[in-house]
Parts: sequence; C-alpha cells; structure tokens
Amino acid sequence: MNNSNMLLAAPEFWVLSMACVILVVDLFLREERRGIIHLLAIITLIFAAIITMRGDYASEGVRSALAFNGSFIRDQMGDMLKLFSYLVLAIVYIYSKFHLRQFRMFRADFYTLSLFALLGVMLLISANNLVTIYLGLELISLSSYALVAFDRDSRTGSEAAMKYFVLGSMASGMLLYGMSMIYGATGSLDLYAISAAVANIGSDDPMLVFGLVFLVVGLAFKLGVVPFHMWIPDVYHGAPVPTTLFISSVPKMAAFAMAIRLLQTGLGDLQGDWSQMLSVLAVLSIVLGNLAAIAQTNIKRMLAYSTISHMGFVLMGLLPGSATGYGAGMFYVIVYSLMSAAAFGMVILLSARGVEAEKLDDFKGLNQRNSWYAAVMAMVMFSMAGVPVFVGFFAKWLVIKAALDAGLVWLAIIAVVFSVVGAFYYIRVVKLMYFDEPVTESPIEVPVDFRTVISLNGAMMLGLGIFSSSLIAVCMSSFGA
Amino acid sequence: MPIYEIVFYFFSLVMLGAALMVITVRNPVYAALSLVLAFFSASAIWLLLEVEFLAIILILVYVGAVMVLFLFVVMMLDINLEPLKEGFMRYLPAGVVVALLMATEFMLVLWTKGRFDTQAFPVPAPNPDGYSNTKAVGELLYTNYLLAFEVAGVVLLVAIIAAVALTLRQRSGSRRQNPAMQVRVRREERVRLVQMDSEPRQGS
Repeated sequence: MNNSNMLLAAPEFWVLSMACVILVVDLFLREERRGIIHLLAIITLIFAAIITMRGDYASEGVRSALAFNGSFIRDQMGDMLKLFSYLVLAIVYIYSKFHLRQFRMFRADFYTLSLFALLGVMLLISANNLVTIYLGLELISLSSYALVAFDRDSRTGSEAAMKYFVLGSMASGMLLYGMSMIYGATGSLDLYAISAAVANIGSDDPMLVFGLVFLVVGLAFKLGVVPFHMWIPDVYHGAPVPTTLFISSVPKMAAFAMAIRLLQTGLGDLQGDWSQMLSVLAVLSIVLGNLAAIAQTNIKRMLAYSTISHMGFVLMGLLPGSATGYGAGMFYVIVYSLMSAAAFGMVILLSARGVEAEKLDDFKGLNQRNSWYAAVMAMVMFSMAGVPVFVGFFAKWLVIKAALDAGLVWLAIIAVVFSVVGAFYYIRVVKLMYFDEPVTESPIEVPVDFRTVISLNGAMMLGLGIFSSSLIAVCMSSFGA
Repeated sequence: MPIYEIVFYFFSLVMLGAALMVITVRNPVYAALSLVLAFFSASAIWLLLEVEFLAIILILVYVGAVMVLFLFVVMMLDINLEPLKEGFMRYLPAGVVVALLMATEFMLVLWTKGRFDTQAFPVPAPNPDGYSNTKAVGELLYTNYLLAFEVAGVVLLVAIIAAVALTLRQRSGSRRQNPAMQVRVRREERVRLVQMDSEPRQGS
C-alpha cells in the first residue's frame, strides 16, 4: 500500500492542527485579547483555501485521486465545495464576532467547535468509504449539537440542542442500519467496490434496496427535507443566531456531497429506485416548506422553512441522475449557502443591545433607518424567491431544466408553482422594509468589517447572477457535463 | 456441531432478556447491572466467532470503565426515573403496533429462502494456531483504516471540548488551589521565626 499520497489530505491536516492550536492559544489569552482567536481562525481559512487550490493531483485524463487506501478522494467537486465552505465560514465568523461580542458570548469555543465542524464537512465532502462518511457526519453533528447549546443560559437553546441531539442520533442510527445492509449485500465499505458489486449482483436485490431506503432516510434527516424536517424550525429558532447561521449554510454543502457520494458514486445503478424516493421528498419539501413559511412571524422560523423548500430543490437536481442535474444541484447548494449566510447576517445586523431581531416586524421600515441595508436584504430576498437577474433565479432555473430534460414535467410544474407561492413571503419582507413605518428609529451601527462583508455578500446576489456562467460551468464540469 | 449452536442460542437469549430488562426494570441500579449482563453475553458471542480481542475489549472498556462509572452516577445522584417512565403505558400499545408492523415489513422484504442461512454465510474457517487477533486488528486499524481511526480520535476530542464548553462555569467565589504557587512556596512565606526573651516561670 502506498501512503505517499497522504498529502492529498493536506487541507484537512491544516484545519485540524489549527483548530488544536486555537484551542491551546485561547488558554493563554486574556479576555480582552480574544480578537486574536478570530484573526487566527480567518487565517486558517485563507491558508486552507491556498492549500486546497495548490493540490496538483489532477493531470491529463486523471480527474480524481485517492488516498488512505481508497477511503479519501480528491476531485473537482470536492475542491469547489471545500473552497466555498471556507468562504462561507469566513463570512459566518465576521458576522458572528459582532453578535457574540454584543451578547457577551465571545468565547473561543465557538471558533474551535466550528473549525472541527468544518473538518467534518471537509472529510464528508472527500469521503469515499462508508466509515469515513459516517465519521465525518458525526464530527459535524457533535460540534453542531454543542454549538446549538452554546448560549448556556438560554432555555430555548438547550431545548433545541436536546431535540437536535435526539433526532440526530436517530438519523445516524438509520444511516448506520442502511450502511450495514449495503455492506451485507455487497461485502465492502469502499464506494467504488460497492458500485462494482452492485453492477455484479444486479439492482433488483431486495437487500440493497432495503439498505438504500435507510440511507435515504438518514440523508433526508441531515438535509432536513420533509417528512424528516421536524427538527429544523425548532433548532433554527432556539439556537443563537451565529449557530443558526453556521448550521444553515456550511453543513448543507457537506450533505449535498454526501448524497452525491452515496447515491451517485456508490449506488448509481440503483438510480431508478432512489430517484423515486427523492422525488417524493423533493415535492413534499417544496410544497410544505413554502406553505408553512407563509404562516411564520418569526424570521428565523421563516428562513428555516425556506431552507426546507430550498433543500427540496437541491434534491430535484439530484434525482434525474444526469450530470447536468448534479451540476445544477451543486450550483444550487453553493448559492443557497451564500444566500442563507446573508439572510442570517441581516438578522444579526438588526439585533441590538442584547435583543435578537427575531420578529419579522423588526424589519419594518428598514429603508428609512438605513436604505443600503434595506437594499441588501431586498437583494437577498429577491434572490431567494428566484427573481430573474438575481443568482437564485439561475439556481432554480437550472434545477428545473434538469428535471424537464429528464421528462419530469409534473415535478417541474410543482416546483414553479410553489416558487411563486414562496415568493409571497420573501417579498412580504421587502414590503415591510419599504412600505411600513419603522418601530424604532435607532441607527444601525456595526463595525466596518461587518459592513463591508454584508455589502459584498448582498452584492454577490446580483453579481453572481449576472456573471453566473463561469460558476455554473465549473459546477457542470465537476460532473463532466 | 450442536454444542456450538447451543452456546450461541443460550447467550443470545440471555442477551435479549438482559436488554429487555434494561428498559423495563424500575430500579436504575438493576437496569445498569442488566446492561452489564448484556455486554457479557455479547462478549461471549464474540468469543464464539474467535474475535478474542474485541470480546476482551468489550468487557474491559464497557463493563470495566463505562458501566462502573454509570453505576457510580446512578448511586450518587439518586436519580428518580419515575418521571421518565411517565406515559410509558400510554404509548406502549401504539409503540408495539408500529414495532410489529415494521418487523413484519422487514421480514416480508428481506425474507427469501436461503438468504441468511449458513449456505449464504458459511462458518468461517477456524483460525490457525498462534493466530493473533490483536495483531490482525492492529494491522488493519493502522493501515487501511488509518484515516477513520484518526478521525474517530478527533470525534472524541470534540466530545471533550463540547462537554467542557457546556458545563464549565467559573464561579467568582470559589477557592481554588494553584499547584504552581504551592510548589514554589518558600519557607519564609510560611514560617516566621520570632526572637523573644524567655518569660519568667509563672505561678511559682
């Protein structure tokens, strides 16, 4: 066996070492110098991006490379998703610092736990083996449970963490059960070997399909799609906003990669089976997510239901089993992470003096208080609703096109109808900002780094929309489309 | 090889019974002890499969460390488990129905003749003399599954960090010892020698 390719995992090694360094450095820092932790975390992400980009494993005709006896894979999809994970996490850190300071929760634990979660995300993205997939997932989940309970004095936070923990463990159990069935049927943990074995024994083996059902259930839990979505609104609502910001953005990319690895790489021959399961999940999520979001008065809950519907769209990209569909799903999940970061960033922006701006009413008259922030929020909302020119439109369009190409006209119709329904509650936020009287007149004061990043984040909605072709091309070429 | 099967079924039945006890007995100490019994039976079944290392580890780690700790907690904290069992009887019928339904469905899907019998999964050949189970596990763990092994370590580290982050509270009035200060203490800081004249004898 050859271990010289261990360096393929250099970004993972770097993130792991830096998480440990930050853990130790914090012990020697006085309270008022905690800013160093923030700086170190950002530096970690920047260098992780550099290391990831410098990975020169690909050569003529070779598009991926394996390490650790086939349990770790580097390919273009993985690298892209990792790079966007770093970017989104950096945005999360900048938004969170302001919030954590304001709420007197600025502790290094937030940074170490989220860096460990990032490590889990990276491992899950690069996993090529059922064991690695499970361990990466557990690393993300464990860190997220702790992050949800991060505000120790908050009752809702602890309750949310408990719910998340119990349901998350159940989902892990389901996933493991499915994995054990797949292992029993194919006799291997390696995804390539599983794929070969499936081709050998045929795709109508009941044990394989049985295992697949549980895999899809576990996957659906982690993505948070109907009917396995119960935890999402409560957790998003109960957790402190920085945590919500984190768990709603970065781990979604990992969940997408996990779906690709398990369903496409491992069980690609069972596409006929999982495509049906995913289409049920996708339809239910798009319908229920959009309808339930209308009834919410709490912005965090509203965004939680909107997440559910967005994940339905991601599944819609996956289910035709075509390269363009996978590419569309990948583009969607990246765009969604950026939109979600910006939306929760706005919630943080409006939270002032220890009171979280949870209510939709807190957005009333934002235009009169600060027209630029109102414009940013409007761009984010338009993008989420899928208004043309904004990037969210292209994401939805590609996914729907992939479904149409596969002949799933009914699915495309449902998706279009319910994105119109969904547009109602996104545009309601815009209406509140522009046509209602403000509740308070207090000015919005945020540090300069926050202001810059949220402006850039908002501008991305428009910029990525106008110049979307290159990102789409990269996503598509990741799957050879 | 009937003796092999008798032993297998005996320990399997004990394990199932013990597992049922864990969730049904009222006294938490009995529940913990039943769990110990379940672990012992599982370990015996592993011994039947000739995986001695894992069997011993199960006893050492789970029975020796985890369950003892658990018993300590149960005994010291005097947890009243009654509230946890509230509604158990109320949910029992629905739970049983769902469980039975699931079990029948599993059976219907998976049960085809010969799928799980010894033809499909033959008894593995016995290990040769002098075969080291520990070495085999170690070799796999540090080569093929190196990444998984390391990541499992990281998962444990995260568990520690999370536990500390969620429970450690620094109270302002606590009187903690500082070992470094204690070691560095000098005689002059603790003992003061006072020169004084001897007092005249009293009461004489």
